[in-house]
Amino acid sequence: MSILLNEKTSILVQGITGSEGLFHTQQMLDYGSNVVCGVTPGKGGETATENNLPVFNSIEEAQNEFLIDATVIFVPPRFAANAILEAINQNIGLIVCISEGIPVRDMKKVKSALDNSSSTLIGPNCPGLITAEESKIGITPGFICKKGSIGILSRSGTLTYEAIDQIVNVGLGMTTAVGIGGDPIIGSSMIDILKHFANDDKTKGVVMIGEIGGSMENEAAEWIKDNFNKPVVSFIAGQTAPKGKRMGHAGAIISEGSETADAKIKILKKCGVSVAKTVSEIGETMLKIIEE
Amino acid sequence: MKIHEFQAKELLSDYNVPIQRGYVVYSSNEIEKTIEKVQNEFNSDAVVVKAQIHAGGRGKGGGVKFCSSTESAIESANKILGMNLITHQTGQEGKLVNQILITEALDIEKEFYFALMFDRAKNADVFIVSTEGGVDIEEVAEKTPDKIIKAWVDNDIHPLDDAVNTIIEALGLNSFNDAFEIFKNIYNCYLNSDCNLLEINPLVITKDQKIIALDAKVDIDSNALFRQEKISKFHDTSEEDPLELKASEYGLNYIKLDGNVGCMVNGAGLAMATMDIVKHHGGEPANFLDVGGAANVDTIKNGFKIILTDPNVKSVLINIFGGIVRCDRVANGVIQAVKELNLNVGVVVRLQGTNAKIAKKILDESDIELISAETIDEAAKKAVRLVS
Repeated sequence: MSILLNEKTSILVQGITGSEGLFHTQQMLDYGSNVVCGVTPGKGGETATENNLPVFNSIEEAQNEFLIDATVIFVPPRFAANAILEAINQNIGLIVCISEGIPVRDMKKVKSALDNSSSTLIGPNCPGLITAEESKIGITPGFICKKGSIGILSRSGTLTYEAIDQIVNVGLGMTTAVGIGGDPIIGSSMIDILKHFANDDKTKGVVMIGEIGGSMENEAAEWIKDNFNKPVVSFIAGQTAPKGKRMGHAGAIISEGSETADAKIKILKKCGVSVAKTVSEIGETMLKIIEE
Repeated sequence: MKIHEFQAKELLSDYNVPIQRGYVVYSSNEIEKTIEKVQNEFNSDAVVVKAQIHAGGRGKGGGVKFCSSTESAIESANKILGMNLITHQTGQEGKLVNQILITEALDIEKEFYFALMFDRAKNADVFIVSTEGGVDIEEVAEKTPDKIIKAWVDNDIHPLDDAVNTIIEALGLNSFNDAFEIFKNIYNCYLNSDCNLLEINPLVITKDQKIIALDAKVDIDSNALFRQEKISKFHDTSEEDPLELKASEYGLNYIKLDGNVGCMVNGAGLAMATMDIVKHHGGEPANFLDVGGAANVDTIKNGFKIILTDPNVKSVLINIFGGIVRCDRVANGVIQAVKELNLNVGVVVRLQGTNAKIAKKILDESDIELISAETIDEAAKKAVRLVS
């Protein structure tokens, strides 16, 4: 079992003919992901990757020939919001947006369209998701993943990889890892992903990685206390980050006291969530709790 | 991207929002004639001289002066233009005032606080207003939180008109016929200009019963500059840290801090976590630096150049998670960069991910002095030991 994604999930790639799109589509195929086709407006009729995947002008055209469960978006940021909106309009169940740098105003439109739809959006500005030894959507390196019992969710890309690596190295292994994205407006919150992990029998514990800015970790902490009965190990990046500075991610900026790493750690602990003191203790902390 | 008060007022003015009017002065020989122009054009003998820098607290720092006579205006203008202004937001080094705004002086009856921003928790734009204007709003929020009124705008549940009516009620402006139009115009300015923040502190009611924006502070969404031709030209690079500016030219994300352990990392989250673990082991990070996904010879070389421009840096910690980019390639990149740059600080390298073991061997067997580490923990300890 896993969440959101398994080996059968049929995947479309928006922006398949761009250099990023092409490279990562091949990586996904090599990992075993069931990528069936791609979309690049104006390039319908061409093929892409070593597997000669068909390219369509629109998702609608692709849907005439394929049943699409999920789409992944590798489109330049100024066009990415429209790519998401197209996927929402075509009722794609899972939409994963890798693109970084989408204007906030565009994401407001996306968010309101999303609220009135049945689609799930992961990202933007995220590495995507991966179900160990089955399928990946996005850019997570596949070979570091091994099947096991821990779910991972994170606002940061490389910290997701770091967590996967540690969880695998301590011998626990993973179910699905989801990078939810570092932007101020993202499609799925920590709580949204925790709900999926709650319903997955194979997931015995969850690593939840947050950072400064916003209040998502605080809301997740309160929700875990009342609703989630699997162990959670958290880590919050940015304890040394100065106030008012944007730390790489558009969403990683402290504008209120409750958005600092220290404030978040305090709330998480108060709600019964274990917090790894440093980034290198994520794996060991989880192992200790699972062994108990 | 931050812009100056006079630029923010120009944006508001484009949306027919009444502002306190004035002209900008860039050199001292324009001062006298500009003061005269302001006095004549706006029928105001008294004028206000305002330093234009990207930092708050200008008044307290001596960068804003009300001048009742022409003589005092000339004196203040000459003093403020070119001064090094120190406020609680500039840091000790202060900021050079390259331009001043000379405005009409208004007879003020009431001062309000006004702001528009995006509320991440509610996923909606929010108006924030208070009858306690002209003062430090964070202090008001802390001491008298009930004096801060919020009204959210999302087109589904809370339409703009409702939010505007809420703030008009809260500020007691029901008798002002133009209030509704003005607040809607400010919102449209905020939305169409892709503002992260639009703050007017204070928004005033004058003795002759006019609503006027006395000040304006705007932060623009940098990701939207491609469609904001006018605002893009407002970019004032002299307001930015020269190193951060240089880094952005290299496509790197750098923020200078006060410590002496330089950090070079791929990914923003891992970069923050690396700074944190340096601190955890008793060191102080010198910077945040995200070299991005492609950690190759050039990005590493440029990263070193930026980090080592800071004279405080005594050691450099490189922490790369090689995902798609394999660690052996990163290792060779590090070695080549160190050789070409002739470094004189200790460098600790931790590479994890694909081919990490091969990478460590490459580092250990190279003929240059590098300290390798397997875990972040070990790497941070070693980098801190080099400076203590």
